[in-house]
Amino acid sequence: MVGITSFEAYIPAYRLSRDEISRAWGTKNLGGERTVVKYDEDSVTMAVAATLGCIKSSRHRADGLFFCSTTSPYREKQAATIIAAAVDLPRQTRTADFTDSLRAATIAVNSAVDAVKSGSAENIIVAASDCRMGAGKSHFEPLFGEGAVALAIGNADVIASIDGYHSVFSELLDMWRADGDSFTRSWEERFIINEGYMHTMQRVISEIMEKHGVSPKDFSKAVFYGPDKRSHTNLARRLGFNLETQVQDPLFDTIGNTGTAALPMMVVAALDEAKPGDLILVANYGDGGDAFILKATEDIGKFRGDQKIKERLEKRIHINYEKYLNWRGLVPLQELSRPESPTPSITCLWRESKSILAFYGKRCKRCGTAQYPPQRVCVKCQTKDDFEDYKFSDKKGNIFTYTLDYLTPSRESPAVIGTVDFEGGGRVMCEVTECEPSEIKIGMPVEMCFRKVGRKGGIHNYFWKARPIS
Amino acid sequence: MGIIKDKVAIIGMGCTKFGELWDKSVDDLITEATFEACEDAGVELKDIEAAWLGTVFSGHTALSLSTPLKLQYIPVTRVENMCATGTEALRGATYAVAAGVCDIALAVGVEKLKDTGWTGVQPSNVVGRTTMGTTGTELELSPPALFAQLAVRYFHQYNLSTEQGKMLLAEIAVKNHHNGSLNPKAHYQNELTIEQVMRAPIIAPPLGVLDCCGVSDGAAAAIVTRADMATKFRDDPIYIKSLAISVGPSRDPISQDYDFSHVEENVRASKMAYAEAGITNPRAELSMAEVHDCFTIHEMSIYEDLGWSKKGRARDDIEAGTFKLKGELPVNTDGGLKCFGHPLGASGLRMQYEVYKQLQENAGPRQVRNPRLGLTHNLGGTVWGGIACISITGNEREKR
Repeated sequence: MVGITSFEAYIPAYRLSRDEISRAWGTKNLGGERTVVKYDEDSVTMAVAATLGCIKSSRHRADGLFFCSTTSPYREKQAATIIAAAVDLPRQTRTADFTDSLRAATIAVNSAVDAVKSGSAENIIVAASDCRMGAGKSHFEPLFGEGAVALAIGNADVIASIDGYHSVFSELLDMWRADGDSFTRSWEERFIINEGYMHTMQRVISEIMEKHGVSPKDFSKAVFYGPDKRSHTNLARRLGFNLETQVQDPLFDTIGNTGTAALPMMVVAALDEAKPGDLILVANYGDGGDAFILKATEDIGKFRGDQKIKERLEKRIHINYEKYLNWRGLVPLQELSRPESPTPSITCLWRESKSILAFYGKRCKRCGTAQYPPQRVCVKCQTKDDFEDYKFSDKKGNIFTYTLDYLTPSRESPAVIGTVDFEGGGRVMCEVTECEPSEIKIGMPVEMCFRKVGRKGGIHNYFWKARPIS
Repeated sequence: MGIIKDKVAIIGMGCTKFGELWDKSVDDLITEATFEACEDAGVELKDIEAAWLGTVFSGHTALSLSTPLKLQYIPVTRVENMCATGTEALRGATYAVAAGVCDIALAVGVEKLKDTGWTGVQPSNVVGRTTMGTTGTELELSPPALFAQLAVRYFHQYNLSTEQGKMLLAEIAVKNHHNGSLNPKAHYQNELTIEQVMRAPIIAPPLGVLDCCGVSDGAAAAIVTRADMATKFRDDPIYIKSLAISVGPSRDPISQDYDFSHVEENVRASKMAYAEAGITNPRAELSMAEVHDCFTIHEMSIYEDLGWSKKGRARDDIEAGTFKLKGELPVNTDGGLKCFGHPLGASGLRMQYEVYKQLQENAGPRQVRNPRLGLTHNLGGTVWGGIACISITGNEREKR
């Protein structure tokens, strides 16, 4: 049996209410709110957060990592390798990026299933993550949300088997971004919804049901991608699913359309509530349609993720539209009259990649002192080269001292700076993210999170920051 | 192990006015400070046998000194130790004379910060690693944010509310501005009130703008010679009693052993300096001191680090006025970095200039009574990975 063996969602803490967007533009209020990534997050950092959670809840080692996104940081360079390095997967891990299609996540799941079935892999993590942007005043801006999901696909301790897979493609330019486009474009709505979404989804869904001899009444849940609320509802109704009892909430009111992560997010929400034996119909859209049937196994009761989607939605920090514009780099800022920081040295980044991306320090074998960054000579006992690797990314700590830096170059001022003392030893001075300046205090418990720290010379630079434990 | 005490004397010093010297170049500043020092010593440039230049950003090599002064093919060295650079230049010149390789040596410190168009000084990497390459992931903090973390933890450790702590820091700023207002060479010429300091815009809590030293242009210079030759040049040479430097292993940002309530390098350097100078009770034996008040909290920490106040009790001495001009141990009589200004490479020698003038009783309205021994303290780097330099000088040479 092949199927989902572990899963985790990452939902950014920040929210932009649709009310706030309609205030800014004088447009119609769609109701509800959407998620927003902070300026130090992107598809990669969100995927790292989801993947770390997925690994933590998994009983099996991952031997593959597939990254799915339409907002990968690089045009030419794999992002899965960044994620694999950050979550500290072994070098033998199979990595791939599935990009350019909103259907990327199900295409990747299909490939992962095939790989596991063929015996070339045992447990592949599919991490879908997106932060697409709609132009100001467009209906995409309030509609889009940001988030990530990681699903592990394997053949042992399966919590939901993947039975059957059906796929069709369609060549129709309904939503797209050309090279250099920041915002999603689209063709006339009535055409793309009817001839694109409705037509394709009805086809792929009816064909898979026919192929497997099942009908809507056999499913306890129907999880359909939807470009927007109304089209999603119309599709479910046309196919004969009961909106009240069967159709998975597309999370438009709480998260928004998270692109490649949208369908996986709904799958996770459905699995959060699934009981052994439940049959779940899943269908994704984008340049065609993918459908498969999930069947919850006995093990679903035993699976303990970190938090359910419902619980994850509880942490909400509302921001205003101006902050959103700033975070997304949509307004030019006055540059500080300070020297420009140099372009990162790729050689230095490569040499220190284990400590930078996976946040490894060292622990002295002689005196037991944990230290970061890695040293050659022990900070405590001065012994040379007698260390073992010591990972800090999963360690919790407390703020020993702190300040707010109003002068350091940052998209937002002040930067919150903390000196973190880790449980088990070691001290790191770092930025504290998701922390209001008034919130930080001595003794505050923190955990580490993988964040984007800069982009210069076309290099996206990532590092770890502390974050208050909520 | 030998000591430097009474082997070398300062026979001439110079110091430019500090400030935003828009109309002066690095070369102008070097020239003015050096020629003042030469005139003071009664020597000419051609008498100088070796020279040291200290600068952080305003020059690259020894050529930055030999070129403006047209030094004639003598040995010249450029040194750099961040904010302790000025004292480092003096150390080079002093040790060369003590080693007997030359009889007259020059030390110059210079910095021109105001040609950059920047406000403040550039942010520095926490680890203080200054390789050519950078990963771009290093935490970059502005200098106030480096020292603010000391204040936050100090206040916490010794149960001071932010208000109480800031009030004590304000006393330091007010004291130093009072002293500087009596000094025509100081960058700032104004007095401050406690209210002004307390209400100044915050830039790295709890530090406000008026807890920070001036960002200035300036240069200072010293001419040193063998102690046994000093009186040939002048009646009142100033004798070097100790020159200590303590360079930290940057333990503190990565080890939980550090309490963030003191500066270990300061403690170590002061112990070395007192031992070398033969001082057992610094608070009583020192006549005055010039210390590295880049931020008010650092001066507060220095009172304890250098053994003048009990640990955690600097407060008592601030409240008692111990370190005021007329107090028991006047500190920063010329205005300090706070008011005199802080052109990084020049500051150590500027401090020495004030101690020199005080010990010669030439400090005008700022003159302390019966001066015998004066101390300069210079810290390069940060509170958790620094370079502490201390000089102790006196106006008497011990009989041998």
